[in-house]
Amino acid sequence: MKSKLNLNWDIVNKARECARNVAIDTQKFIDAHTTVAIERTVCRLLGIDGVDDMGIPLPNVVVDNIKNGGGLSLGAAIYIGNAMLYTGLTPQQIAEKIGRNELDLAKIPMADLFEIKLAVQEVAIKTVEKIKENRRKREELLKKYGDKEGPLLYLIVATGNIYEDIVQAQAAARQGADVIAVIRTTGQSLLDYVPYGATTEGFGGTYATQENFRLMRKALDEVSEEVGRYIRLCNYCSGLCMPEIAAMGALERLDVMLNDALYGILFRDINMKRTIIDQYFSRIINGFAGIIINTGEDNYLTTSDAYEEAHTVLASQLINEQFALMAGIPEEQIGLGHAFEMNPDIKNGFLYELAQAQMAREIFPKAPLKYMPPTKYMTGNIFKGHVQDAMFNIVTIMTKQKIHLLGMLTEAIHTPFMSDRALSIESARYIFNNMADIADEIYFKEGGIIQQRANEVLIKAYELLKEIEKEGLFRTLEQGKFAGIKRSMNGGRGLEGVVEKDPNYFNPFIDLMLRGDRQ
Amino acid sequence: MSSGLYSTERKDYDKTLDLTRVKPYGDTMNDGKVQLSFTLPVPYGAKAVEAAKQLVKKMGLENPMVVYHTPLDKDFTFFVVYGSSIHTVDYTSIHIEELEIKAMTMEEVNEYIKKHIRRKIVVIGATTGTDAHTVGLDAIMNMKGYAGHYGLERYEMIEAHNLGSQVPNEEFVKKAIELKADALLVSQTVTQKEIHIKNLTHLVELLEAEGIRDKVLLICGGPRITHELAKELGYDAGFGPGKYADDVATFIVTEMVKRGIKGLRDM
Repeated sequence: MKSKLNLNWDIVNKARECARNVAIDTQKFIDAHTTVAIERTVCRLLGIDGVDDMGIPLPNVVVDNIKNGGGLSLGAAIYIGNAMLYTGLTPQQIAEKIGRNELDLAKIPMADLFEIKLAVQEVAIKTVEKIKENRRKREELLKKYGDKEGPLLYLIVATGNIYEDIVQAQAAARQGADVIAVIRTTGQSLLDYVPYGATTEGFGGTYATQENFRLMRKALDEVSEEVGRYIRLCNYCSGLCMPEIAAMGALERLDVMLNDALYGILFRDINMKRTIIDQYFSRIINGFAGIIINTGEDNYLTTSDAYEEAHTVLASQLINEQFALMAGIPEEQIGLGHAFEMNPDIKNGFLYELAQAQMAREIFPKAPLKYMPPTKYMTGNIFKGHVQDAMFNIVTIMTKQKIHLLGMLTEAIHTPFMSDRALSIESARYIFNNMADIADEIYFKEGGIIQQRANEVLIKAYELLKEIEKEGLFRTLEQGKFAGIKRSMNGGRGLEGVVEKDPNYFNPFIDLMLRGDRQ
Repeated sequence: MSSGLYSTERKDYDKTLDLTRVKPYGDTMNDGKVQLSFTLPVPYGAKAVEAAKQLVKKMGLENPMVVYHTPLDKDFTFFVVYGSSIHTVDYTSIHIEELEIKAMTMEEVNEYIKKHIRRKIVVIGATTGTDAHTVGLDAIMNMKGYAGHYGLERYEMIEAHNLGSQVPNEEFVKKAIELKADALLVSQTVTQKEIHIKNLTHLVELLEAEGIRDKVLLICGGPRITHELAKELGYDAGFGPGKYADDVATFIVTEMVKRGIKGLRDM
């Protein structure tokens, strides 16, 4: 693709280098730590699921048992492996015994480390094979139906009831949706456990549980068969259980996950150390499972000004990209986010939106960019809202965005009606078909408003990244450089779940997934 | 060509405006024209159209015209319908509690506080309950403000605390006491099944239980909030779309003086 923006590639490369250094610097901290969420994830990947008599998820039961025994710094895998050798039971049976207070992992004499690792590895490889199988299945279905060219239409369901969600999701798929995102219930990101089983109650969304994932996957596979298109399933891999959700998604063949390195820190006040450590393992899993991650830069623009803060989006995209690469996610799975959120009263606002969207396209040529619709300036005037969404659709097709989150004319009024979704899909399809090849037909004026704007944002992003590189990521977050939100290093939720690793720490999945063969 | 361009409809009704008998206006006085769209959970077809017409008639719209209908899914049909309202309202007999304030500028508000209250006032704001949206709250509170109206954080004489989203009502009340608030702002943006009403009412109950409801100004805002609704729920004021920080600030300071609100300073 020939550049339309005449971007200064020297600055792009330097900015990317800064972001890389930020990620490398932060990675030292990540590598030295683990968290309760990561160890619960290891439990899940070793086959531990279900709840005890009190309704507490067994992964939490096991990790709490290890933590209370003071052993979390070695990692859950060692304790589970040790118990497997000692009892001859499976990880699930061991977890159940702990749940009934019949077993305390700390009291079992520690066997030879090599033997333990061997026992764990055997179970771990089976899970990894299962995830690979899911990956193969997705590829096979995409081949069978043929993957869609052009933007993927992304729609949200949010009834709170998984069975009602299924009705809405299947209807949306028949109308033309390509990606169905099941919005999570309000507040799930702050739970330090993942609820269990199918759920029918939630506020503004539905609990992310493995059973809900399974039910929706099955429903979408059915409707895929019916409409002859592979319908992707998306959920939210964020909050205090980031890596656990990634594991559940990998096991149930989700296709897309919201998974941002900084979102939880900024917008949910989750402790920054906790989030940074958690995001790494969650991304290793997502990367290995072939899941596209979506980052949340769009959120910056709903709290701060989309024109003035555009450079923070690019800076964050570059950082998110480097963290993702660090976790082994290929560029084709890094769905960086941004949004159409400029004040509609700005003269030439459309040109600026176009400049920024095209800039993201050129700087991240392989990324399946996620583009978010207007929300901040949606007013309740549904007629104008429909036009705003149309303008947004036009930017997508003119700049080849990939994951197109459909705007709703009733945004800011209520969660979408069935008809709102249909109207939105109709408008997007009309525009995408009518303007299908426009991106290849146009150039932007040399030195014009659009080219100038893109370079201006690029330079500001580079300046910011230079500062972040100097200060380090944690201090930058303390200073409130992103979204104007300040967070302290030891503030926020979840810090008590962070543990320094012992030199003998063991997590079989990091090696298996990061360095393992993916085919 | 669309027949809609040349309306042959009879227009033999009285075309003079009578404020005691007001009807919707399309393009002719008293034509009563209303446009609406809705979905019925029935399969697409002639029977669906008839169902839509009958429903619209029951809504009090005569001569219903289904101008568009399309299937949304196997058992759902979407309609765009026009009709003429048979109902009227007596505009002259309506009395609304409207919040009529002429907003002062930021500077005027600061001066007003210095002159009449003689101390900084404390305003706390939050999106309470399960709502995660801070768009409305930020528009009023943030330094930068919205649409050229600076937010309360920029007011020299206002100590503004933005507590963010998903603040439980209990926590909000605790913070109000801790920060010795004079005015409490509650924002509600997205709501499902009228949850915002329950949530807003719950806050009033908590403040009453603490015995501090009368010591503070309690204000709510959001796209679905009207002053009337706010009053009905036990709030001092409600601010809907098109209201900015200066409107809210003006109300707070004038009302504090008018009613001698002392806030929670001496608690």
